[in-house]
Amino acid sequence: MHAIDTPFLLLVFRTVARRLEENRDALCGLDGEIGDGDHGTSMANGFAAIVTALRAPGMAEAPPGQLLRTASMAFLNDVGATVGPLYASALLQAGKVLEARPDLPLSEFSAFVAALTDGIAFRGKARAGDKTMLDAWLAATHAARLQESLGAPPADVARKAAEAAEEEARATATMIASRGRAARLKERSLGHQDPGAVSAALILRVLADAVADTMGQGR
Amino acid sequence: MQRFLNNPDDIVDETVAGFVKAHRDLVKLDPSNPRVVVARNAPVKGKVGIVTGGGSGHEPAFIGYAGRNMVDAVAVGELFSSPTAKSFIDAIKAADGGAGVAVLYGNYAGDNMNVKMARRMAAKDGIEVATVVANDDVCSAPLDERAKRRGVAGEIFMWKIGGAKAAEGASLSEVVASAQRAIDACRSVGVGLGPCTLPAVGHPNFLIEPGKMEIGIGHHGEPGTRLEDLKTANEVADDMVRIVLDDHDLPAGTEVAVLVSGLGATPVNELYVLYDRIEGQIAARGLSVHRAYVGNYFTSLEMVGATVTVLALDDELKRLLDVETACAGF
Repeated sequence: MHAIDTPFLLLVFRTVARRLEENRDALCGLDGEIGDGDHGTSMANGFAAIVTALRAPGMAEAPPGQLLRTASMAFLNDVGATVGPLYASALLQAGKVLEARPDLPLSEFSAFVAALTDGIAFRGKARAGDKTMLDAWLAATHAARLQESLGAPPADVARKAAEAAEEEARATATMIASRGRAARLKERSLGHQDPGAVSAALILRVLADAVADTMGQGR
Repeated sequence: MQRFLNNPDDIVDETVAGFVKAHRDLVKLDPSNPRVVVARNAPVKGKVGIVTGGGSGHEPAFIGYAGRNMVDAVAVGELFSSPTAKSFIDAIKAADGGAGVAVLYGNYAGDNMNVKMARRMAAKDGIEVATVVANDDVCSAPLDERAKRRGVAGEIFMWKIGGAKAAEGASLSEVVASAQRAIDACRSVGVGLGPCTLPAVGHPNFLIEPGKMEIGIGHHGEPGTRLEDLKTANEVADDMVRIVLDDHDLPAGTEVAVLVSGLGATPVNELYVLYDRIEGQIAARGLSVHRAYVGNYFTSLEMVGATVTVLALDDELKRLLDVETACAGF
């Protein structure tokens, strides 16, 4: 049975860090349109700090819950603004779920995504349609739950979740910001994608690829 | 606008480094966190610690208010961006003299989250932390939703009162009560004449057309309540006093402190032009000015404009306001 275990999470964090680094300028550009232009920097630096923290001796053998707690603290220590507490809370919440279920199988992928989403929702108190990263995470959670309830295999569940997040990130361009820095622009934020939703979709795409790889390898 | 700039990514570190060098008689850098500026004499054993923090770009706020009888430690964020929870907890530790720590900060989403997380970490370390959240910006929400209002230059009075109270040896709950009364007695309004630009972004994310002004603008360019034609300084001053005092029903005879701060690019002489009119308008309402502060106290990069803050004094607030302080900003 394939699980959301430590090797899976290490692969995901390394890949997310690399993808965010590649998209650093693009995300900063998006944020510069409606925010303060630092979203790419915050995300790329924050996930790089996670990867560094996870290189510490013993981490490769640590249980997945502990890995996520370490990642949460590393992100929180590196990133301020609103993004820092939001992703730190997401990772902490997922860590709690994996501490309770250290062998959470990939066939319950939606529970992992839901935990990340819950952490962001709890900390940020945003609602659906507020034009924030939560929109992408909620869309992914709903899609993953639906696919699992239909009996889809994990790779399809994760792929549908990523697609839903990407679609929702595009849809944030049609929303008027009511939370976060962009809220000051109100209707002037129309036509611009929310950078937090775009980076969330990017993370979910990495997760989908990692699930597909893991299932494909028969690891 | 042309800038004195090296690498935009280094601007905050260089600002803090230069500040600590220039004011080494007043402040020091936290040895474990270069984003925490600590008053030279902190922590004071047995005294309630005073902590604040916020995004950079508002200098002399926030670091300029670290000093004796004022703020003990300041957490420093990126430009217009909340400090990390780590910097807040490190500031709390640096300010902790064993009598608890009051974190006095402004009402912004990032600061709220990071302070909340730092407060939980402090509890684990056995440090008692209480908070006061500044919400003096009148135009950011209606009076009956005061908890939603943002904190602006009134924060300076909150720090001054809280810092003086702590210096007197008051308990944490007494310090917090005085700081809360100070911010409750504050009302502020901003008027923007021109936008500001984050160097890394390269363009302003809001515009104020020539000949226009934005009444009620926030400290990061949050939209005001009215966009209208630029008027004379006297008319603008009248409008600002009206907004601030209509929100705060003060009995005749009340003594007030007034703070007029430039937002970064407005010449200081224009602030005095505003103040010339403001004091008369305040007097016309039967109030008297006990102290006035005019200058660049809380800026927003190179925004053109000004904020006016009125603090209604009672005997205690007046006494605490008059306590001598040593910091770079005040």
